[in-house]
Amino acid sequence: MSDVISLTDIRRVFTMGDQQFEALKGISFGVAAGEFVAIMGASGSGKSTCMNIVGCLDRPTSGQYLLDGLDVGAMDPNQLADIRNKKLGFVFQGFNLLARTPAVENVELPLVYAGLHAKERRQKALIAMEQVGLAGKENNHPSQLSGGQQQRVAIARALVNNPAVILADEPTGNLDSTTSEEIMVLFTALNKNGITIIMVTHEHDVAAYAGRQITFKDGKIISDSPTGRTV
Amino acid sequence: MDFSQTLKIALRALRTNKMRSFLTMLGIIIGIAAVIAMMAVGTGASYVISQQIASIGSNIILVIPGSTTSGGLRTGSGGAQTLSNDDVKAIMNECPSVSTASGTVRSSGQIVYGNMNWSTVIMGGTPELFEIREWPVTSGRSITQQDVDSAGKVCLLGQTVADNLFGSADPIGNIVRIKKIPFTVIGILESKGQSPQGTDQDDTVFVPLRTAQRNLVRSQRAGIVGAIIVKAKSKEVIDKAESEIQSLLNQRHRITNGKEPDFSTRNLSEILAVAEKSAKAMSLLLGAVASISLIVGGIGIMNIMLVSVTERTREIGIRMAIGAKKNDILLQFMTEAVLLTMLGGVIGIALGAGGATIVSRLLGWPTMISVQSVIIAFFFSAAVGIFFGFYPARKAAGLNPIDALRYE
Repeated sequence: MSDVISLTDIRRVFTMGDQQFEALKGISFGVAAGEFVAIMGASGSGKSTCMNIVGCLDRPTSGQYLLDGLDVGAMDPNQLADIRNKKLGFVFQGFNLLARTPAVENVELPLVYAGLHAKERRQKALIAMEQVGLAGKENNHPSQLSGGQQQRVAIARALVNNPAVILADEPTGNLDSTTSEEIMVLFTALNKNGITIIMVTHEHDVAAYAGRQITFKDGKIISDSPTGRTV
Repeated sequence: MDFSQTLKIALRALRTNKMRSFLTMLGIIIGIAAVIAMMAVGTGASYVISQQIASIGSNIILVIPGSTTSGGLRTGSGGAQTLSNDDVKAIMNECPSVSTASGTVRSSGQIVYGNMNWSTVIMGGTPELFEIREWPVTSGRSITQQDVDSAGKVCLLGQTVADNLFGSADPIGNIVRIKKIPFTVIGILESKGQSPQGTDQDDTVFVPLRTAQRNLVRSQRAGIVGAIIVKAKSKEVIDKAESEIQSLLNQRHRITNGKEPDFSTRNLSEILAVAEKSAKAMSLLLGAVASISLIVGGIGIMNIMLVSVTERTREIGIRMAIGAKKNDILLQFMTEAVLLTMLGGVIGIALGAGGATIVSRLLGWPTMISVQSVIIAFFFSAAVGIFFGFYPARKAAGLNPIDALRYE
C-alpha cells in the first residue's frame, strides 16, 4: 500500500531577528495507510514542528511533503485550509472545543467549512458521535461534559470528514489515567477500522498503544521502530 | 461556508456578551437616533416654510410705491401714491413674462355684524388677485370683474374674520358694516394659516378694488392702487418679468437715468427660497453634528471588536485548524460588527422617530421623518459597521493558526 504521508528531507528554519534556528534538520519518513504511529521526544526535539508541518499548519523551509499523493509544500494558505478540512482531523491536548456550542455543532464544524448543507451535516455528525460512544450527548455543551467526553467530541470532530489521517497532539495530556486508557482504546478501535493515526506523546504507556514509534531528538529522528503490538 | 451559518455564529457571539454588545450598540443607537431626530426637526422646519411659500402663491412679484415727502416728513416705502390702475393694465398688457396682475389697496378698520365687531385688514383687489394668490373660496362665490366694474358693496371674509363675527352661523348673504358702510358677504375664503412673516393671513376682508378705492381709502387721485401683485409666467422668468416691470414703469413714470424710481419691486419667492435654503442648511448642520456621534460609536465598535478578536484567538485557531479560510474568518467578524451596527441602527431609527414625535408634541415644533433619512440612516449604520469592523476582522483573519491555537 502506498504511503499516505511521505516526508523527504524536511527542514524547517526559524528566523528570529538575525538568529537562525533549525528546528528540523532533514527529516524523512513515510506513513502507510492504516498505520498507528506514535511520535515521541523531549520538548524542543522538533516533534511539534514536525506535527505542524504534517498538519499543514506550517510549511517546510525545504524538502518535499506528499499528503495522499498531493505536494503540500507548493500550496497557498487557502489550499492548505482546504487540505486541513478534507484530509486531516485534529485532536488536541486541550480538546479545543467551542464553548457555549452544543457538542453536535462542534462536531459539525469541519463540515460547515466544507460547505455541506445542514441536514447532511447533522446526519454525518450523529454518525461520528455514535462512533466515539457519545450518542445521546449531542446537545450537551462542552462545560456539561467530562474531560474524557470532551475529548471524544474532539475525536468525533476529527472523524466527521472521513480524513486520510488523524493527528493527535498529546490527546491524553489533560486526562487522568483511567480516562486516558479509554481514549487510547477508542483510538485503537478506530485504527482497527482502517483509520490512520499519528499521535504525539511523551508517555511511554500511551505510546505503547501505537504500532510504531518514531523518536525525535534535536531536530532529527533517532529511532523508528515497531512497538511489537500487531496492528 | 453558507451565510446563514455565519449569521448564526455572529448572533451566538453577540448573545454571549449581552451587556457588552448592548453598550457597544448604544453608541450607534444614540448616533442614529440623533441623526433621525435632527433631520426630522430640520425637514419639518423646511416643510413649514415651503408650505408658507405655497400659501403666498407661486412666482409672485410685488410692486410697491416709493416714499414721498410731505411737509419735510418722508413716509416709508409704499407711502407715495404713484401706482395706478393704468400701471396694472400696462403691466398685464406689455410685459411678455407676466401672466397676470392685480392692483390692491389696503386699509384697516372695524367690521361690524349685529352686536359683534372685529378689527381687521381690508384689502381691495380684482379677481386676478385670488388667482395669483391661489386662494379659492370654501363657500359662496369669489369677487368678479363685474363686482369691480360696478364698485359693488360685496365682500369676502377670511376664515378668522368669519369665525369672530359669525361663530358657527353661515355668514353668506348677511350684511356687515365695514367702516360703517354696509357690505353683503358673498363668500368665505379658504384658510391659509400663517404667512412666513407670522401674520394671520385669514384675518382679512376682501372687497372689489374699485369699491375700496372709492369708499375705504383716501387718495389724491382716482384709480390709485396701494400695491401691484404680479404673477410671472413661470419660475424661470421671474427675474425677467421683474426687469420688464421695472423698465415699463420707469418709462411710464418718466424716471430717467440717475433719478430715484418712485416704486420698487420685490420678488417674494426669492426671499422665501433663501429662508428655505437656510432651514435646509440648518438641518444638514444638525445632521452633521449628530453624525459625529455615529463616528464615535463606530470607534467603540472597533474597540470592542479588537477585544473580541483577542479574546477569541483560540477559537479562531481552532476554526483555522479544521479548515476555515482567511475569508471565512474575515466574514465572520465583519458580520458580527455589521450586525451590531445595523441592530443599533434599527433601534436608533425607532428611538429617533419616537424622540422627534415627543419633541413635536411637547414643544409644538413641526417634525417630519422622511423615508429618505430612515433609509440613509440604516445604510449609514451598516457602512459604519463595515468600515470600523474591517480592521479587527482583518486582524483576526491574519492570525497564524499555530500561534492562535497556542494562545492562552
